[in-house]
Amino acid sequence: MLSLHSYLILSAILFSIGAIGVLIRRNAIVIFMCVELMLNSVNLTFIAFSKYLGNMDGQIFVFFVMTVAAAEAAVGLALMIAFYKNRESIDVEDLNLMKW
Amino acid sequence: MDMLQFPANIAAAAGVNFAAIMPEVILSVIAMALLLVNVFINSEQKAYLGYLSLIGIVVTFFSVVSGWGAPQSGFNNSVLQDNFSLFFKGTFLVSAFLTILITDQYLKREECNWGEIYPLILFATVGMMLMASGTDLMTIFLGLEVLSVSLYVLAGFNRANLKSNEAGLKYFLLGAFSTGFLLYGMALIYGSTGTTRVAAIASYISQNGMVLSNPMLVAGMLLMAVGFSFKIAAAPFHMWTPDVYEGAPTPMTAFMSVGPKAAGFAAFLRVFIVALPAMKADWSELLWVLAVLTMTVGNITALKQTNIKRMLAYSSIAHAGYVLVGFTAGNAVGTAGVLFYMLSYAFMNIGAFAIIVLVGRKGEENNNVSDYAGFGFKHPVLGMCMSIFLFSLAGIPPAAGFIGKFYLFSGAIQAGYVWLAIIGVLNSAASVYYYLRVMVFMYMKDPTEEFDWLAVSPSLALCLLLSVAGVLIPGIVPGTLLDLAQKAILM
Amino acid sequence: MFENVWLIPLFPLIGFLINGFFGKKIKNEAVIGGIGTLMIFLSFLVSCGVLMQLIGLPAEQRVFEKVVFPWIHCGNFKADMAFLIDPLSAVMIMVVTGVGSLIHLYSIGYMHGEEGFYRFFAYLNLFCMSMLLLVLGSNMLVMFIGWEGVGLCSYLLIGYYFEKKSAGDAAKKAFVMNRVGDFGFLIGLFTLYWWFGSNHNIWTINFVEIKAASHLLPYGGVVTIATLCFFLGATGKSAQLPLYTWLPDAMEGPTPVSALIHAATMVTAGVYMIGRMSFVFIKSPETMMVVAVVGACTAIFAATIGTAQNDIKRVLAYSTVSQLGFMFLAMGVGAFGAGIFHLMTHAFFKACLFLGSGSVIHAMHHALHHGHLHDDAQDMRNMGGLKKYMPITFLTFLVSTIAIAGIPGFSGFFSKDEILWQAFANPYHGGLNIVLWGIGCIAAMFTAFYMFRLVFMTFFGECRINPKVKDHLHESPLVITIPLMVLGFLAVVGGYIGMPKLMGMLPNYFEHWLDPVFELANEYGKEYAHVGHHTHALEWGLMGLSVVIAVIGITIAFTMYMANNKLPEKFTSTFPALHRAVYNKWYMDELYDFLFVNPCKGFGNLLWKGFDVVVVDGIVNGVGKIFMGLSAGIRGLQTGYTHNYALGMTLGAVVIVALYIFR
Repeated sequence: MLSLHSYLILSAILFSIGAIGVLIRRNAIVIFMCVELMLNSVNLTFIAFSKYLGNMDGQIFVFFVMTVAAAEAAVGLALMIAFYKNRESIDVEDLNLMKW
Repeated sequence: MDMLQFPANIAAAAGVNFAAIMPEVILSVIAMALLLVNVFINSEQKAYLGYLSLIGIVVTFFSVVSGWGAPQSGFNNSVLQDNFSLFFKGTFLVSAFLTILITDQYLKREECNWGEIYPLILFATVGMMLMASGTDLMTIFLGLEVLSVSLYVLAGFNRANLKSNEAGLKYFLLGAFSTGFLLYGMALIYGSTGTTRVAAIASYISQNGMVLSNPMLVAGMLLMAVGFSFKIAAAPFHMWTPDVYEGAPTPMTAFMSVGPKAAGFAAFLRVFIVALPAMKADWSELLWVLAVLTMTVGNITALKQTNIKRMLAYSSIAHAGYVLVGFTAGNAVGTAGVLFYMLSYAFMNIGAFAIIVLVGRKGEENNNVSDYAGFGFKHPVLGMCMSIFLFSLAGIPPAAGFIGKFYLFSGAIQAGYVWLAIIGVLNSAASVYYYLRVMVFMYMKDPTEEFDWLAVSPSLALCLLLSVAGVLIPGIVPGTLLDLAQKAILM
Repeated sequence: MFENVWLIPLFPLIGFLINGFFGKKIKNEAVIGGIGTLMIFLSFLVSCGVLMQLIGLPAEQRVFEKVVFPWIHCGNFKADMAFLIDPLSAVMIMVVTGVGSLIHLYSIGYMHGEEGFYRFFAYLNLFCMSMLLLVLGSNMLVMFIGWEGVGLCSYLLIGYYFEKKSAGDAAKKAFVMNRVGDFGFLIGLFTLYWWFGSNHNIWTINFVEIKAASHLLPYGGVVTIATLCFFLGATGKSAQLPLYTWLPDAMEGPTPVSALIHAATMVTAGVYMIGRMSFVFIKSPETMMVVAVVGACTAIFAATIGTAQNDIKRVLAYSTVSQLGFMFLAMGVGAFGAGIFHLMTHAFFKACLFLGSGSVIHAMHHALHHGHLHDDAQDMRNMGGLKKYMPITFLTFLVSTIAIAGIPGFSGFFSKDEILWQAFANPYHGGLNIVLWGIGCIAAMFTAFYMFRLVFMTFFGECRINPKVKDHLHESPLVITIPLMVLGFLAVVGGYIGMPKLMGMLPNYFEHWLDPVFELANEYGKEYAHVGHHTHALEWGLMGLSVVIAVIGITIAFTMYMANNKLPEKFTSTFPALHRAVYNKWYMDELYDFLFVNPCKGFGNLLWKGFDVVVVDGIVNGVGKIFMGLSAGIRGLQTGYTHNYALGMTLGAVVIVALYIFR
């Protein structure tokens, strides 16, 4: 059986991939997917701890995170559609009206 | 204080205890009802939704007031409605109330008069309340997300306006990104202490002192600090603020700059003071740096702004810095200062934004500082109101902003952070420049406009009246409010 | 009466509220002005009552604190809205309400017909309220509120003629410079608060409590830091080097404002503050030295500039800066009583001078307006010979000028001489005392010179105003001249309550009066400095010297601006040889020019143009530029690109975590 450490390292790697993805990708949907990857890596951490500690709190937390992520996805996609209607793009480099 | 053993005065209920979430329940029910009502009324009648939500807020406010002094815990200790959360709930309700008062006029002008905005504001308020009374990382997270999701929509509410789209989308992407950090921090805290209950974390740490050297716990604390810093717009996690505040519909900017910031501070305080008192030396060091950076970056960048909404966005960053000063102190005076300041900030900032709503024109025009030339003479009463708000923001007596700042800084001094207080005073002296610039335009430039489109709706007038009262009364006789704040601190 | 002390600031507040909110509707100038004047006059009556009651008490009981309402209580911190009555605040409220009433009355005439008449009186009342809070406040926070309030009113009133760009700029400058000082005040406050709290667990900002605990304060060290910060506050408010440049610009405001705020009351707030905290200041010999040196330098510096100005109000403005310098010199050498005494006499004669100049400007303006001329109504080169047109203004102006020049028998002499004597005799600064005294004497000579130059150019000689409009020159109405006469009278007799002991005719009431306030400071002073013995002869001698100095100044002014008029023509025909010499005034003019005038004028101009404009403004603007540059730099980070923001957050998070994990 894999140790706790393996799961933690895996989730840390996934979190970093997600974060780096947010930094380097330009498509808003892809960025949002990277954020989802970060959240899911956190879920993995929670589950791993929950199993290791023999405590259910972590698993409950994961359900909340998933629910919230779903709600966020709905709102996020709606915002992207609204933006696309006006700008015909979902490239974050086009989010540049306001600066300085 | 070990919260696992209930003090006798807390109504102990392990399971369901609706008394502990009464304000949240009332407000959610009303919000959902409004969503339904919204379907059946035509666009001229949307203002009624506003009135109904105002009534709902007043009712909720009574429930908040009646809960004062009688702490209620429930849902397996995941919420605790104590004076601390009640004070913050009052602040949120005040900011929601004032915001709704200025919303209708704005929506009609910008031709985006959709009724959903009122339930959304109420939902956001529910989220904030949950954050303030959450004593479990889960509840706090849930509250934060209820708040954030509503705010993403509110920021992008004017969907025909590209700036509003951009604000919503930017806020959404960065907000979700910061949630990742916050959650990761929570997971690490959970992993190192085995619980998500705020009080249980503290007791675990006090019983197992060695966990303090566990890098996982430290990293968890830091990542949570990052997540909360994003919410309160502390540097270097503030960069979304100016863009989002500039692009969002003006009343929503007012709302966002006040309520969610206060909610962020509520959760931040609760988690750090109740759950992690053992790490105070560590986090106060971090907060010291954040406070200095936040004040300085906010104030210095505000100096060169021409758009008044953007300027007030930077000013709100600076104000988060002042409040962080009180938080860093972490003592009774400093914490009471945080509570006091957030409430008075609600009045002064929303008041200032009410004037911005008034002076602005369709399509978010007329939002430059130079557009205020001669405003003070064309409209002496409105000019006087704006001056009072600006003076309060600048921290000039006898406005509430001065008393609040004095409190925050003297808390820092009592805790031995003399330099922090001095940097704060310096910053607040520098900030006068950009607030004063608006006054200079208002009173010392020839009017370029006739300001003949101004129409003060009764609700906006009420907002101004309440705001002026909320700035001047605590400024001149702060006793009562300070007493309340002192009874509401977490010690 | 003590219990009702809160009425003193309340009356002007009521006046402010009435005129501020309903003034526009009332419209009737007599009613608006009447309300404004009546309110401050009622305060004056209450102040008189307070003073009477205070006089009735034995000296050691003359302290009373009236808590109006509890204000901020938090933990061990307490600040009440409370007023402190003691001999010092009694003097101040008398000056503020007394001179204030007269200036309100004057304003009714002076501001007649101005647009925004109600606004003026509302602001003026608000100012009086703030100033009264400042002087009555029993803790530093109440004082600070007054401190900010007077700054705000001064800003509003300087910018009263907002249509003029220069007025707006001057107002802004005043406000910004005052804020620099204010932050010094706050930091000083915090330092003291922190020191007492953390070392002795006395968390207080109350003057009485600080005084009681002041024996705990060390000499120097933290006290030096705190007092220097307070002094920075004082330099901003009282226009001392290097934060004085706003005051001459502040003359953009209406003349009654210059008289009330920028001469008699607000600008003396710094002096009052040092007096109020004398027991703290004296504990730092370093700060005392700084105060004295800054005061002396400002006194001479501003006086020299005053000699090169042609605008009547600007001369008076620089004169005010210079006289404030004298007051700070007094404070710095430990002559607290003398400093406050000069504050009072200065309030009388300088208010009179300003109001007199206002009367002149009023008349000039009126006359020029008749002739549709656009000559500068404030330029002394357009005046001359006004004494026959405006006899009352002339007389009162002359009396006040004699007072400020330091001629015996007039109020200014007693106070200024006392300052100079104590600068010489007080032991705090060792050898430096002589230097300070010397600088003071020279400054006094310049004062006599430029003030009489002003009088000669304005009231004597031939009338240089355009002959067309000469007939329209006439004396101002009674509402303007009555305050002038009262103030002129005070400028003469006001000094007798503080006659030096030496003269022996009357005891020095004034110093005795203030003794309870300052005796603790004097005691502390004795810890590190011992008063030497000086003979009466020396004191008489120095007194005589200062009279001689004043006379020299006046003589120079007379020679230059009076004696070179018509005399030469007679001589020309009879004694052609002598004529050349007399024509050239025995070449004295050239000699004077060479010896005094040119160097001084040059120096004055140099200071004004060079130092004032380039260096001081340069520093002030330079700091602004640096911040603006920083602002532009940080703004550059705000690129508007989402991924840059995310990068900023990530970097922040990574740096924070790394610092903690790997330290």
